[in-house]
Amino acid sequence: MHGNGTEDAGFWAPLGRGGLSSWIFSTDHKRIGLLYLALILAMFAAATVIGVVLRLKLMTPGNTLLGPQTYNALFTLHGVIMIFLVVIPSIPASFGNIIMPLQIGANDVSFPRLNLFSWWLYVLGAVLALVSIFTGSGAPDTGWTFYVPFSERTTTNVNVAVLAVFVLGFSSILTGLNFITTIHRLRAPGLTWNRLPLFVWSLYATAWIQVLATPILGITVLLIFAERVLHLGLFDPGRGGDPLLYQHLFWIYSHPAVYIMILPAMGVVSEIVPVFARKPIFGYKMIAFSSLAIAFAGSLVWAHHMFTSGMSDLAVLIFSFLTFVVAIPSAIKVFNWLSTLYKGSISVEPPLLYTLGFIFMFSVGGLTGLVLGSAGTDIHVHDTYFVVAHFHYVIFGGTGLGMFAAMHYWFPKVFGRGYDARRAAWAFWISFVGMNVLYMPMFVMGLQGMPRRYYDYLPQFARLQFVSTVGSWILVAGLTLMFGNLIAGIRNGRRVGANPWGAATLEWTLASPPPHHDFPQTPVVERGPYDFRGVSADD
Amino acid sequence: MTEMHKDYAAAKMGMWLFLFTEILLFGGLFLLYAAYRHRFVLAFHQAGQALDVVLGGANTVVLITSSLFVALSITALQQGRKVRCQWFLALTILMALVFLVNKYFEWSAKFSHGIYPGSEHLAQLPQGQALFYSLYFAMTGLHGIHVLLGAALLGVVMAFVARDRVRQDDYVLLENAGLYWHLVDLVWIYLFPLFYLIS
Amino acid sequence: MLQAHTNSGGHILGNGFLAFIWAALMVCTAITVLVARVDLGFLNVVAALGVATAKALLVILFFMHLRYENSLLRWMVFMAFVILAICIGFTFFDLAWRP
Repeated sequence: MHGNGTEDAGFWAPLGRGGLSSWIFSTDHKRIGLLYLALILAMFAAATVIGVVLRLKLMTPGNTLLGPQTYNALFTLHGVIMIFLVVIPSIPASFGNIIMPLQIGANDVSFPRLNLFSWWLYVLGAVLALVSIFTGSGAPDTGWTFYVPFSERTTTNVNVAVLAVFVLGFSSILTGLNFITTIHRLRAPGLTWNRLPLFVWSLYATAWIQVLATPILGITVLLIFAERVLHLGLFDPGRGGDPLLYQHLFWIYSHPAVYIMILPAMGVVSEIVPVFARKPIFGYKMIAFSSLAIAFAGSLVWAHHMFTSGMSDLAVLIFSFLTFVVAIPSAIKVFNWLSTLYKGSISVEPPLLYTLGFIFMFSVGGLTGLVLGSAGTDIHVHDTYFVVAHFHYVIFGGTGLGMFAAMHYWFPKVFGRGYDARRAAWAFWISFVGMNVLYMPMFVMGLQGMPRRYYDYLPQFARLQFVSTVGSWILVAGLTLMFGNLIAGIRNGRRVGANPWGAATLEWTLASPPPHHDFPQTPVVERGPYDFRGVSADD
Repeated sequence: MTEMHKDYAAAKMGMWLFLFTEILLFGGLFLLYAAYRHRFVLAFHQAGQALDVVLGGANTVVLITSSLFVALSITALQQGRKVRCQWFLALTILMALVFLVNKYFEWSAKFSHGIYPGSEHLAQLPQGQALFYSLYFAMTGLHGIHVLLGAALLGVVMAFVARDRVRQDDYVLLENAGLYWHLVDLVWIYLFPLFYLIS
Repeated sequence: MLQAHTNSGGHILGNGFLAFIWAALMVCTAITVLVARVDLGFLNVVAALGVATAKALLVILFFMHLRYENSLLRWMVFMAFVILAICIGFTFFDLAWRP
């Protein structure tokens, strides 16, 4: 990849015998992070293509392009890949691995071999997911939620798919375990909890959710497997079982999991905003604290996914109330970012563009989340396109744009080169327009009663469905331009120095790209992460 | 390169974090148990009578004793008494095997009465009782797998002790294996009253 | 209690002390089996889980050395059980109030 001499190739320089095995068996956190990044982006591309195909089918009513069973399999696949292989690992596994140890002045994570093992588990999970599509009697058609009793009875290949989810969960747990230990044990001297970069704080909160919530998913999917193979009947209403308990178990993980998805992106935003506003972040402690508050409060609200399921009215009330509570720390963050921008000397570089995109999309997604979180309105829009629009705003508009912001922010550090900023800005605006054209109509359709996951629809939805599909094309054009631009940057971007943005966190004190073993001597930290006095861009 | 010495505190913290995941893994099943016991109090009561308190109690004693043995093996290694450590590890593994053999007899007795997951007989029982047995097999089964894994882990550590890869001044692996084994004991401490003593 | 330090900072628990904990666990086991034979109604469940928790505490604090670890680790263990309690407890907002 790097044609230049070894001295400025950093950790890209060949190691040992070089070649593929020096990457896929490397315990270097930077290489493992890049391995994750490559696979995650490949999975993202695959699932995006599936998404575009789904939109193509939905462009016109009636039996077009795909049969209903293929359609069911494809939306399941789109969900499973996007959630478990892309969004859950996205930022923590890639940039968490590459950047977090650098930000705390460590030379690696606490358990480097475990880190490698967790990447291999990710590979195994991806392979199993792939196997589940092409073996057995048809690809799973349950949706990514694997709801019982259908998932117990469908003849499609759910068994292998849930094993894939179990393995991927294990991989996620090991990453979280590694990060918690690393952040506790390997911070550089002087790097107190009050000086910890907010990206690290957000990863810390995320890691706790990964460790404490994921095992519940593990046992839940194991139980589906056991139900299908051993016929335990634990969720079978015909045998006294309660399908709602499955939903409880599933959401006890899967609601906190949305905070696994969004918290690291919030961390990225908290890094980028002060750097491009040239101002210390407003409300450092509140942002750090709100990450932990979101992690904790996020584990108290799972049953707001079940308001129409027939659970008790008391539970509806309590979980609806708690959902409003969890909105508070999220809002704290948004206000703090805006206050940081206020009266800053803002330079609108691509990372900041993606970050502003995040703030807009997340605000729309978050506020419409409250519509879903209040029991009264949820009855009306539950399981409609409104939900689909909401979570695509949060997950794609939030986590996705956060991930792209991270890619544009840390790109010079990882590759030692820059990219074309104008093209990156164009790519952003095209993607941003595309996203909104794609998902905004879904809010409207949802309010009008268009149910999610349906293969066909009434003629009244035809126009908005068509607009939404056109949006997907715009979005794909934007994404293509963005990835093309970044790849061109890797190939022949301008060489950059150690600190092209003038940021104050530790990773920018190292050469770009950083050397194999990170810090030649352990850094001593004497200032906060957003103290820009005396820090300037070096080229 | 990386750290020259091992970070014991990190290794232990990592192990505890892993134990949390095990606790919550079983936690999902305990949730189901609580839910169905709440709904089928009487059926659980009746179904529990069919379980043998003597066998369950014996296994409780076996596991608690094995927990003592693994703790003693750590003390022995800390004092530099390697052979004594190995003996106690061997005894721990022996206890694990006794537990599994006991479990085997218990399960096969149930099987011979037509009580196994998805059996005809279970389908004819009242729903609450069938669910009790489903939970019984799921929870003791998952626990049994953990006994097996724990014993294997202790076996590996025992080999390491023999080769001095785990020794008086570097025994965190033994401690962590011990922690795992105590967790296996811990889960059983709850399984025993919930299944054998609720009649 | 017989405790000493090794050079790597770990606590050594004496054989006698460990045997004492074992004996306490055995006594608890005997108690829980005996109490289960008396019909106390709902209190049977409370007693069974109470004794089990006492046993669990003995194992965690002494066999698993948590009594001798730093407060950070103790807080972590506490939080893990709090989360478990929330998972089970909050589900009963639904289960216990179903019509």
